[in-house]
Amino acid sequence: MIDGLKERIANAVQNQSQPTVTILSSLLAVEDELGYIPKEAIEQVSDLMSATVNDVWAVASFYPNFRFDPPCDHQIEICWGPSCHIKGAMGLIEAVLDGVNLTEEGDTPDGKVTVRYNTCLGACAQAPVISIDHNLIGGLSPLQAKQRSVETMESATTHDMDGS
Amino acid sequence: MTIPAVTTNFSAITKDATAHWQNITAGTKAWIRIGTALCGKAAGGDDVLASVQASLSNNGIEALVSEVGCLGLCFAEPLLDIQMPGGSRVFYGNVKSEDIDTILNSHIVSGVPVIDKALGYLGEDPVDGIPNLDDHPMRAMSERIALRNAGVIDPYDINQYIANGGYQGLNKVLTEMTTQEVLDEVTGSGLRGRGGAAFSTGTKWGFLAGSGAPVKYILCNCEEGDPGAFNDKGILESDPSTVVEGILIAAYATGASNGYIFIRHGHDGPIDRARAAVSEAYRLGLLGDNILGTDFSFHLEVALTGDSYVSGEETALMEAIEGSRAMPRYRPPFPAQVGVFGKPTNINNVKTMAYVPEIVSKGGEWFSGIGHDRSTGTAILCLSGNLKYTGMVEVPMGLTLRQVIYDIAGGIPNNKSLKFVQTGGPLGGVLGADNIDLVLDFEVFREAGAILGSGGIIAADEDVCIVDLTRALIAFCQYESCGKCFPCRMGMSHLLEVLERICSLKSEPGDLDLMRNIGGNIQAGSLCGHGQLGFNPVSSAIKYFGEEFDAHMVDHQCGTGTCLRPKYSPSLTRRSN
Repeated sequence: MIDGLKERIANAVQNQSQPTVTILSSLLAVEDELGYIPKEAIEQVSDLMSATVNDVWAVASFYPNFRFDPPCDHQIEICWGPSCHIKGAMGLIEAVLDGVNLTEEGDTPDGKVTVRYNTCLGACAQAPVISIDHNLIGGLSPLQAKQRSVETMESATTHDMDGS
Repeated sequence: MTIPAVTTNFSAITKDATAHWQNITAGTKAWIRIGTALCGKAAGGDDVLASVQASLSNNGIEALVSEVGCLGLCFAEPLLDIQMPGGSRVFYGNVKSEDIDTILNSHIVSGVPVIDKALGYLGEDPVDGIPNLDDHPMRAMSERIALRNAGVIDPYDINQYIANGGYQGLNKVLTEMTTQEVLDEVTGSGLRGRGGAAFSTGTKWGFLAGSGAPVKYILCNCEEGDPGAFNDKGILESDPSTVVEGILIAAYATGASNGYIFIRHGHDGPIDRARAAVSEAYRLGLLGDNILGTDFSFHLEVALTGDSYVSGEETALMEAIEGSRAMPRYRPPFPAQVGVFGKPTNINNVKTMAYVPEIVSKGGEWFSGIGHDRSTGTAILCLSGNLKYTGMVEVPMGLTLRQVIYDIAGGIPNNKSLKFVQTGGPLGGVLGADNIDLVLDFEVFREAGAILGSGGIIAADEDVCIVDLTRALIAFCQYESCGKCFPCRMGMSHLLEVLERICSLKSEPGDLDLMRNIGGNIQAGSLCGHGQLGFNPVSSAIKYFGEEFDAHMVDHQCGTGTCLRPKYSPSLTRRSN
């Protein structure tokens, strides 16, 4: 387990700046802090919101942006909305998966790269769009996308999930 | 209610803001603006920004640098412009970092714009050798109301908004108008909801105004999960204060006390800029208790949702604000009676709110004089797909879709021809290339079986396989079904299974009838638009491209070859499915 995990969760959950604090807002705060929702966070959010663990889990399991184990060092998202589809998203997915040696979305076994398909990254006019560690990149060819994914994979040197 | 006393603080606020704007635009330094909305970032806007800052410091050049939102010319991003004090803006499109030194040295130090790299100028003083950007096809037919400040002002600087007429509408309603007069003005403008349903905004506000409850909510919807639509995010990234002002006017007219701007988590540009606009409005006394010294009080915050397309549906949105699963509620009771946190609630889309300040400033009659028939005002369109010019435009209702595709967006590139257009988001269905003489008008689109909706327009050329695109659209509908209504939850999975079979060129006899049967059940048995409209992609595709379906299903051939290549859809469907 990550050092100080409970403290980091407590800080994230208790220091939300907006006036309305809910189960969902608390889970999003944990995701921003850790990149995932550990079991401890489900428990802490249920304490804070006076809800059952079941109530919190119901919300956490509904939204596919939440994951429940630590993410890989880098995240590549590939948009598969219709604008990007028309401009070749399927070819980009194929190229990126090839670059990181996966056959479908998910984590590389070495913990270096997480690949996700995204329903819309919101920059349709620059289609096809991918994002690497939340930075949007538009208009790549499959070859360029593969190159970027290989570079991303190579730049991951550590599995330290502490973010330090 | 009585009209409150005339406020004095507002004139002081505008005086400061005007002096600030004068100083920026006609002071001593050049002003460099760089587009860093989502489209700008995707094109490399952040790199250009860093290069500009490095170049200024390396070359010892003094200039003011601002990040702005989206001017709408996304095809030309990264887009940078330079305004010398008191002069016109000169735009450089598709800027590369290696060109920055040349552009800044020549334009700012020597006072000579780089003509061969300039896209156009905007302003009163012509610039020799550079075309007027207002003559560009993407701007020539524009009527910019909601987008009036987009790409012009720094979205983080509320004073730039105020200096350009911002908060005049709020000041006017607080000092000169009763709540009923505001309702009448907005109703009289003919403004209709731009989120998709096109319901009269003034009438909707009237429902909430009719409730005497002490706590009432105004919600502004920027969930915008529609692939192909980015205008809500574009407005919040470019001019968030116009949305805040629109919400305030709605709150005054309806007697609402609290509000939320609702945005999808992860879209940091719109979130950060909306939050800044809210906190700046609080700082100037434009939000909070006793706004501008009157007895009108209103509190506003930004709320986030997780990934969920259905959370853009108005009752599902309330569930998400309350922190629950974004699943639609039964109606009645309607939101105006029982909404978020059990209180009376009104919801409008970002675009709808963005029109409101100009409507009350210039009058409902002015707005209703623009547009077509019962669809008054403008359409804010997101142009993407196989088009020469992609981007975001605001044009009067009443232009034809053909004009939009060919005259504004410059037609289909690479000598290809148009095959179909997809409008109104994934649920809107497709229109064949011969059916694009529709005028932009809510009723005309509806009668043609299409949806103008939130304004997404995606064009596809002859190389796109309609059957494969239909599969992708249904994969989206399946992935995004919230799971509450089983006809949608299971029906979408079943539809996708059939379409995957067709795309694998292994369809079975009766598959078309099977899909129609499933689609009818989804439509009849679903609580919200996701299920009620979710068969549109299939039914419209079959209507316009029956022969292509036959080729896949009877001859087992895909003319474009698309269906022979690998296909991917998400493996992680919603866990409730």
